[in-house]
Amino acid sequence: MNTTTKYAATALAAALGVTVLAGCGGSDDKSSGDTGAGSKTVTLVSHDSFNASDAVLKAFTKQTGYKVKVLKSGDAGAALNQEILTKGSPRGDVFFGADNTLLSRALDNGLFTSYEAEGLDRVAADTQLDADEHRVTPIDTGDICVNYDKKYFADKKLDPPNSFDDLLKPAYKNLLVTENAATSSPGLGFLLGTVASQGETGYQDYWKKLKSNGVKVVDGWEQAYNEEFSGSAGGRKAKADRPLVVSYASSPPVEVLYADPQPDEAPTGVATGTCFRQIEFAGLLDGAKNEAGGKALLDFLISKQFQEDMPLNMFVNPVVKDAKLPELFTKFGATVDKPATVAPEKIAKNREQWVQSWSSLVVK
Amino acid sequence: MAVPVAFFALFFAYPVVAIVGRGLKTDGDWQFGRIGTVLSRPDILDVLWFTTWQAIASTALTLLIALPGAYVFARFDFPGKQLLRAVVTVPFVLPTVVVGTAFLALLGRGGFLDELWGIRLDTTVWAILLAHVFFNYAVVVRTVGGLWSQLDPRQEEAARVLGAGRLAAWRRVTLPALAPAVAAAALMVFLFTFTSFGVVQILGGPAYSTLEVEIYRQTAQLLDLPTAAVLTLVQFAAVGGILAVHAWTVRRRETALRLVDPAQTSRRPHGAGQWALLGGVLLTVLLLIVVPLGVLVERSLDTSGGYGFGFYRALQSAEASGSTFLVPPLDAIGNSLRYALVATLIALVIGGLAAAALTRRAGRLVRGFDALLMLPLGVSAVTVGFGFLITLDEPPLDLRTSWILVPLAQALVGVPFVVRTMLPVLRAVDERLREAAAVLGASPLRAWREVDLPLVRRAVLVAAGFAFAVSLGEFGATVFIARPDNPTLPVAVARLLGRSGELNYGQAMALSTILMLVCAVSLLLLERIRTDRSGEF
Repeated sequence: MNTTTKYAATALAAALGVTVLAGCGGSDDKSSGDTGAGSKTVTLVSHDSFNASDAVLKAFTKQTGYKVKVLKSGDAGAALNQEILTKGSPRGDVFFGADNTLLSRALDNGLFTSYEAEGLDRVAADTQLDADEHRVTPIDTGDICVNYDKKYFADKKLDPPNSFDDLLKPAYKNLLVTENAATSSPGLGFLLGTVASQGETGYQDYWKKLKSNGVKVVDGWEQAYNEEFSGSAGGRKAKADRPLVVSYASSPPVEVLYADPQPDEAPTGVATGTCFRQIEFAGLLDGAKNEAGGKALLDFLISKQFQEDMPLNMFVNPVVKDAKLPELFTKFGATVDKPATVAPEKIAKNREQWVQSWSSLVVK
Repeated sequence: MAVPVAFFALFFAYPVVAIVGRGLKTDGDWQFGRIGTVLSRPDILDVLWFTTWQAIASTALTLLIALPGAYVFARFDFPGKQLLRAVVTVPFVLPTVVVGTAFLALLGRGGFLDELWGIRLDTTVWAILLAHVFFNYAVVVRTVGGLWSQLDPRQEEAARVLGAGRLAAWRRVTLPALAPAVAAAALMVFLFTFTSFGVVQILGGPAYSTLEVEIYRQTAQLLDLPTAAVLTLVQFAAVGGILAVHAWTVRRRETALRLVDPAQTSRRPHGAGQWALLGGVLLTVLLLIVVPLGVLVERSLDTSGGYGFGFYRALQSAEASGSTFLVPPLDAIGNSLRYALVATLIALVIGGLAAAALTRRAGRLVRGFDALLMLPLGVSAVTVGFGFLITLDEPPLDLRTSWILVPLAQALVGVPFVVRTMLPVLRAVDERLREAAAVLGASPLRAWREVDLPLVRRAVLVAAGFAFAVSLGEFGATVFIARPDNPTLPVAVARLLGRSGELNYGQAMALSTILMLVCAVSLLLLERIRTDRSGEF
């Protein structure tokens, strides 16, 4: 390389650096210049799966004057744990994403202050797990269920399983992949589903049988769904060989929505007898700098507008009774009539122990 | 020296000590008894044992496979050498989320080995070991090959003229000169595999876990801070030990070796043996590195309507990603480049100052600081990230929601690369050159401009390139901090992979391919700029 080119390269690098620095400085002023008490920004802390459409966030600003700043911090468990660590000096005003499996951890740590959101009377009663104190407000529900690859079962002329007991049948040997209950939220949900259906003493025996029927455990949902499950887009490319996976009841509509061109029928189905119901909550953070804005945001999260926007952004179900589901859900989604549930107090008391004995039974 | 010390104290030592302290203190009292309790748990001992033996096995395997590569890159001239050297370095900076995916395609069901011989490695520890070779191949090729290409072959020839056999000449002359570089490379590979996170998490499943993975689980998932703190201390001790040995080998290497211009030592291979060696190395690189990378490219183009650029087009709109980011995923490229540039500037300033200070002063304290600067490479990102959360929470340092935190965290991993690249060059500037310039009448400024600057400028560019590449690929710390309206490339890829649907998966592959290209292009530019190969990486 000759000297001229070298000088040119150095000059170019320097010029780029300056321009970019200027750019960064600019964008920072624009977005974070106005936080603090009495400010017009309200900060929502959440997990990576939080999504809302731009139009809905703008509508909130129009109605209340507050601009929403979203802060995503890892998966559901990690996001909640970071809030617990910063308790009393939170990064935001509202936290969204504590679900019924982790709710007790949030409440026991005194993360939230009470606030009864406006419009709570429209919210389904069975989702209001803190109805006495209103430290948290239910926002959405979702069902963790076994999904199946329709093509596999059609080709084999085999009925897909439909209950926890079905999964133990020899016909489904070596077909199921699930997630690590210690680190993955669908993995934990599925474990809790088996506890609900098999009983607090029977679930261990159930998992022993499931293990000898060839269940495969991987660490996270991404691997299970994209790498091991033959019904997903990623799995088809990866020549995956497990036609059963623990995922969500809303996964089939997602497969339709994000296909190009969109098929007439979802490639995957839901074993509706294997579902565990997850309820996600939001709450006003203790020590929030913008309490008024936080309250307004909580009201908005259970407004009809936000609730109807939610399904196609986060692939969960609304909790308010007057919210209409999008056609994609009614057409391709599964209706789960009797999901398994475990009372939050029971989960709080036994979660660690269940997960530990599950680990020693299934993983080691 | 004050600036880098302050930087490390504030953005590394303080957060890490605070989070460890949170785990080990109750009501202000240290509970060191917890160390014993945690370390006597059988599951923790399993983790320790697996971490150690897989790191040893990975290091041995990497050396075995990469040393012939180092020789070939050092001594042979062949078309496309520069491109290939850039390609083998790409894995080093790619996010493991993506690579794990590609690797499964090679080793798993329906993969290369499966189709040819029916061998599946995806459920065995071999997958982890081979992926570690994939990631660290470049470390050996660059560290050992860099030095090898500068060793004067005439020394070996002289020994042979004096009557030594071929093997004896190599053993007596080349091997001793090379040994410290091999040791340094081995220790770097050991460090990287000892603290392996993504590879083990994806390919190892829930059954295998390294210390780093366990620290992540205990901190982020279980919030068991006492256990995480003890494990952090254990990892600290281990990494500290590795770095101490590393620093010792580096010092031994800096003892005077007669180095020559690499252009003089490499030539076209001749004879069947040399061609076979070259062929063997090229085949290894093809199978182990090019094929997994190729799988990503293939998947990014494999749309349901046949091969095409559909997923790349989808990257341009926020709509197609279901507003996962509020912005088109393609914007992530701009974000990544911006963050990486700022991180590079910070790393250059901090690392440059540190390297300058280390050159001028010697002594135990300064050498200790040298090793200290390398520590961020061996400390869990989640420890640093969570440490940031509980320490940088008060004005004027409430940086927890500020964009600057991303480049700051990235600079922490970039600094060691800057120091390691610049230090040998700075130390090698011959004092006599400056004296000669002065004798010939040059002012001190002119002497600096004519002597130091031309030598150092190259090192600065090389160091900048590495810091840049490392920042581009950094995931662990960034994921905790990056804001949704400006995700970096690796964060965007991870978020796309976190949803079902063909378009999301395809876009993740397309973004990974773009990240790969950005890395490869930066590294190629680096290869062109770089004419001096005495740096370590």
